Amino acid sequence: MIMQLTVFLQNEKGRLASATRTLAEAGINMHALFIADTQDFGIVRIFCDTPDEAAKALAEAGFRASLTPVVAVRVANEAGGLSKLLEFCDTQDMNIEYAYCFCVNNEAAVNVLKIEGEGVEAKLIEGGFATVSPEEIYAA
Amino acid sequence: MYFQPEIETMPHDQLEALQLERVRETARNCYENVEFYRNSFDAAGVTPDDIKSLDDIAKFPFVVKQNMRDAYPYGLFARPVKDVARIHASSGTTGQATVVGHSANDLKNWGDCFARGIAMVGGSAESTIQVSYGYGLFTGGLGAHAGGEAIGANVIPTSSGNTKRQIQMMKDLETDILCCTPSYALLIADTAIEMGYDPAKDFKISAGIFGAEPCSDSMREDIATKLGIQYCDVYGLSEIMGPGVAMECAERKGLHIAEDHFYCEIIDPATLEPVPVGEWGELVITTLTREVSPMFRYRTRDITRIIAEPCACGRTHYKIDQLRGRTDDMLIIRGVNVFPSQIEQVCVSFPEITAHYQLHLTTVNGMDQIELRVETVPEFPIDEVRKLEDLKNRLAAELKSNLQVQVKITFCEPHSIERSEGKAKRVFDKREGKN
Repeated sequence: MIMQLTVFLQNEKGRLASATRTLAEAGINMHALFIADTQDFGIVRIFCDTPDEAAKALAEAGFRASLTPVVAVRVANEAGGLSKLLEFCDTQDMNIEYAYCFCVNNEAAVNVLKIEGEGVEAKLIEGGFATVSPEEIYAA
Repeated sequence: MYFQPEIETMPHDQLEALQLERVRETARNCYENVEFYRNSFDAAGVTPDDIKSLDDIAKFPFVVKQNMRDAYPYGLFARPVKDVARIHASSGTTGQATVVGHSANDLKNWGDCFARGIAMVGGSAESTIQVSYGYGLFTGGLGAHAGGEAIGANVIPTSSGNTKRQIQMMKDLETDILCCTPSYALLIADTAIEMGYDPAKDFKISAGIFGAEPCSDSMREDIATKLGIQYCDVYGLSEIMGPGVAMECAERKGLHIAEDHFYCEIIDPATLEPVPVGEWGELVITTLTREVSPMFRYRTRDITRIIAEPCACGRTHYKIDQLRGRTDDMLIIRGVNVFPSQIEQVCVSFPEITAHYQLHLTTVNGMDQIELRVETVPEFPIDEVRKLEDLKNRLAAELKSNLQVQVKITFCEPHSIERSEGKAKRVFDKREGKN
């Protein structure tokens, strides 16, 4: 499991900019950012290599920020990469709450999954999938 | 244990007969001795002789705080100053101070009213009572003091302040009952704990009589647990007397009104008409025995209701419920009376949200719109949109069932709701025609 940074934002002009400015000032480099939006608020999910520091910086600036354990799986950057992973999850009766994907380079992509329940990572490893830590992904 | 059993357990119909007789006397005292009342009764076309039953009181005009300010200092006194034994006054923070006079009989009755509350918490002539209300023009200190003396207790008049010395005396002199404001009680408890004591175990104290400021249920619980005591809520106001107008018995289901000294009505603050017994509204008090400063239908602006059901403690006097706030705070939303305190009660029943909230009222297509802005607690799993939506729906349903008004819920970021304690601005009325 790796830690994803989650930030609660009111649906107001300038709030996202304010959050990213706070992260920028704390010297935190983001690798991926996704927003789940509702009518009044947005949930921002951020993938960065120092989530603890990022959460602290945001909390100090008055944001509601927390860390959420998620699974990151490295797959080949080619057609069918995600599909194969999700089919496996389906056969294992895993319920995926949300997912997002990003490319690391020409060869690899990372699929981030929030899955209900325990022992998910072990099952994926058993199934031959390469789960990764943030350091691993961004070291290169 | 009762202080005045024959009065406190008198059958209610006898009590009402006594009230009727005394209301007439008070009306006469007002009409004959106070020009203000003579004018206001005349303007309303009523005289003391019109009171044939207690319901007839509703025909009489009200008296409000502003009338007292206008009559400063002695305009509402029904006795010459030579017959006055003591003066108390309100702080006057919101305008001209108001002055109330007490005769020797008034002071004796006051002591009796408060002493009933001391008996409600198990106090007696054997008790040691520490009065940590401020002494002075404020009615708290001397009111509680008079109660302690009336019951024949050992009274320690520490007044407020110098908290460590208070605690030392509480321990060394083996105080049984503490009288002060709830916030000061909490400070005493916390300071004692900081000093290394466990007041619930180390001190003899068994009860506290607290009033003169609003206090949430959780704060009451906190005070009672930390000090290890029976909590007694006392109601009173300097315009009417002071602490002791109503006091809470061990059943803790309302405050028994001293009905032989006060006649209480509940009115709808919007229509000024009496509401059926049991419904919430503004408390209106008529004093029944006050000689120097009689009050006829004084609008307290406090929101409560009358509890007429028999009380397991055996006292027959009706009760008032815990106050829900002030009429000044009342909002009329789509014709429904709403008190911010009702919303606050719902908020504190949801552990998922913090105590900070704001109400925003707007007009949308000619209709009142009410929006409640709240924050989730830091531990709330904000990552799960479903849980946020679920919380929002539950909160909205609870508010709808409590207020009979649809409330829009908005979750806010932590910094967006003002944090200052006590006087934080909670209500923002931006409706058309307001402000």
